[in-house]
Amino acid sequence: MKYIDEFRDGDLARNLAQNIVAAAEPGRTYSFMEFCGGHTHAISRYGLVDLLPRNLRMVHGPGCPVCVLPIGRIDMAIDLALTRGAILCTYADTLRVPASGGMSLMKARAGTGGSCADVRMVYSTRDALQVARDHPRREVVFFAIGFETTTPPTALAIQQAQSEGLSNFSVLCCHVLTPAAIRTILQSPETEQGPAVAIDGLIGPAHVSTVIGSRPYEFVAAEFHKPVVIAGFEPLDLMQAILMLVRQVNAGRAEVENEFSRAVSREGNLKAQARVAEVFELRREFEWRGLALVPHSALQIRAQYAAFDAERRFQLEYRFVPDNKACECGAILRGVKRPQDCAIFGSVCSPENPVGSCMVSSEGACAAHYGYGRYQDRH
Amino acid sequence: MGGAQGKTRRGYARPLDLTRGRVDLTHGSGGRAMAQLVEELFARFLGNEYLGQGNDGAVLPAPMLEGRPGRLVLSTDCHVVSPLFFPGGDIGCLSVHGTLNDVAMMGATPLYLAAGFILEEGYALGDLARIVESMANAARAAGVPVVAGDTKVVERGKGDGVFITTTGVGVLPLGLELGGGRARPGDAVLVSGSIGDHGVAIMSKRENLTFDAPIESDTAALHGLVAAMLATCTDLRCLRDPTRGGLAATLNEIAAQSGVGMMLQERAIPLKPVVAAACELLGLDPLNVANEGKLIAICAPADAPRLLAAMRAHPLGQDAALIGVVIADDHHFVQLTTAFGGRRIVDWLAGDQLPRIC
Ligand code: SF4
Repeated sequence: MKYIDEFRDGDLARNLAQNIVAAAEPGRTYSFMEFCGGHTHAISRYGLVDLLPRNLRMVHGPGCPVCVLPIGRIDMAIDLALTRGAILCTYADTLRVPASGGMSLMKARAGTGGSCADVRMVYSTRDALQVARDHPRREVVFFAIGFETTTPPTALAIQQAQSEGLSNFSVLCCHVLTPAAIRTILQSPETEQGPAVAIDGLIGPAHVSTVIGSRPYEFVAAEFHKPVVIAGFEPLDLMQAILMLVRQVNAGRAEVENEFSRAVSREGNLKAQARVAEVFELRREFEWRGLALVPHSALQIRAQYAAFDAERRFQLEYRFVPDNKACECGAILRGVKRPQDCAIFGSVCSPENPVGSCMVSSEGACAAHYGYGRYQDRH
Repeated sequence: MGGAQGKTRRGYARPLDLTRGRVDLTHGSGGRAMAQLVEELFARFLGNEYLGQGNDGAVLPAPMLEGRPGRLVLSTDCHVVSPLFFPGGDIGCLSVHGTLNDVAMMGATPLYLAAGFILEEGYALGDLARIVESMANAARAAGVPVVAGDTKVVERGKGDGVFITTTGVGVLPLGLELGGGRARPGDAVLVSGSIGDHGVAIMSKRENLTFDAPIESDTAALHGLVAAMLATCTDLRCLRDPTRGGLAATLNEIAAQSGVGMMLQERAIPLKPVVAAACELLGLDPLNVANEGKLIAICAPADAPRLLAAMRAHPLGQDAALIGVVIADDHHFVQLTTAFGGRRIVDWLAGDQLPRIC
């Protein structure tokens, strides 16, 4: 608990806030993207925007694994559970993401037209493996989503299933990669679905870097001349990172700095990376909500583990499905719009009746703004 | 079977096997096995003069206040907790406390309880006995008898061990009017102690987490605390126990009912360090986590110090705190000044509280 308190000290935060205000040069504007949904959530939950100077703007990035899943991928999961008779094991956050035809995994589970899908909420890959052991006669598919932090456990689960001979277990792999998404955003304005936002600096997620290290961000500084600070998820971590970015911008520097030196190194966790490389390889391209097809931005299961690849096992075809026309999730994920810019925010679209994925996950920008920040919109 | 339990019939071939016996369908069929279950398990622990009447219903005297029949408060609550036994309690005492507290939050003195059990075929009779005994202890400690009950058995797989529904009746003091629609701008918002203990105790048990300090459910009957608060004769507007949905849901309910907003101070909200740490680990916001032994009180601003003192003088209100004020707000937002000095909304939770995924 001490550990948490140290990073939540209100006085320290106010001190840092004063330093940021002092460091921000009045004639300038600063626009920083927090890539990760965890950071978006922390900024809203602790009301950090209130502590920042007016000429400094935080832009939400696409780092929310549930938000960036395109409808077509959710459709694949529903198809597995509803028409292929598989038990689909999923993290709870995906349950309510709207899919085609007004469906969601939650609705499929409750039943539709006489059939209902066997969808089970799991907390870890271990739970999913256990479901497969408990139901040897059923096909059990784990809906694997997430950035680099969640990839090693999925790799481990596949290897575990192989060594146990758990032949009824497979994985619908939707693991995506942080650096590829950042590149797409920085290559503004060329994304296929419209321009991305212009930013002056980037906050990188520390938990991703505990796996991949800080090295994969070096291109941001080298090619795009933007500063990066890798930061932890405590509010003080974020404030410190913002201060470091302001200082880099002021000095005209573009470096990868590490606020989270307590757990992040340049190389990351080599063992975890090796395990991931054993099981997964780069996909040629993957569709992201908001970013369209991004080359080399996701992982697929290697041929050697094909038996555990639900896409091969069930011969699933990915089908592109356009987002709801009113939904601005795409623009929000590219950083060009804010949740309150969406015409149906808070009216048609709310956490109880989400229209887009950004309203579903607690890390989504719309959910964070709805749950924590919408008092700001009153005037 | 319906109505009051406790028919006395003697001479079963063998007593109930509380070590190895299990609930089976005959325990709900209305035959001798059911009578034996009632007699040797329910009546043994819960027995009292009303249950002992053995009729379909309990006949109760009307509560009189100053020579006139008092107004009754009736409340009912279903309990489906999993796991059934958790640190600091079990479904038995929880089902007593839950309903007593609902009655107490109206300002009423609880008088009687009724209990309905739905048992799953195969459930261990020994565990059922522990649950009923815990219920009996809680009812005795609260001074409120269980005067009627019912039991049904459902097939294996159609229940989750034991579900308990309890109903409570209480009598309201003359002239007392409490309600969620009575909060006014300027009123003080108080909470009787640390938040989130119950939900976190349950979830850490579910997730098999252990912490340096044990986290126990705060399940408790609050009518004693309420009586002490009412004795201060303060201008109390509303009492409510922040159970499911936690402090956040309860305050939002009151804000909506009263057509007001609220401004809370995060630093003032009592939270045990170990509960804060567990919430962090589980990805929960303690403001959304259930409590079973805490109450929220809203009172006129001038009365807040006196009410707070009375709460702190009671064992169940030692850590009571003034956590915020009611404000005028057409949007009925509950807002919070964070420990950092920033501001945010405290919203209802959409769906279930979910663990973090990455
Ligand atoms: S408010 Fe709803 S519809 Fe609008 S962008 Fe957000 S998720 Fe999409």
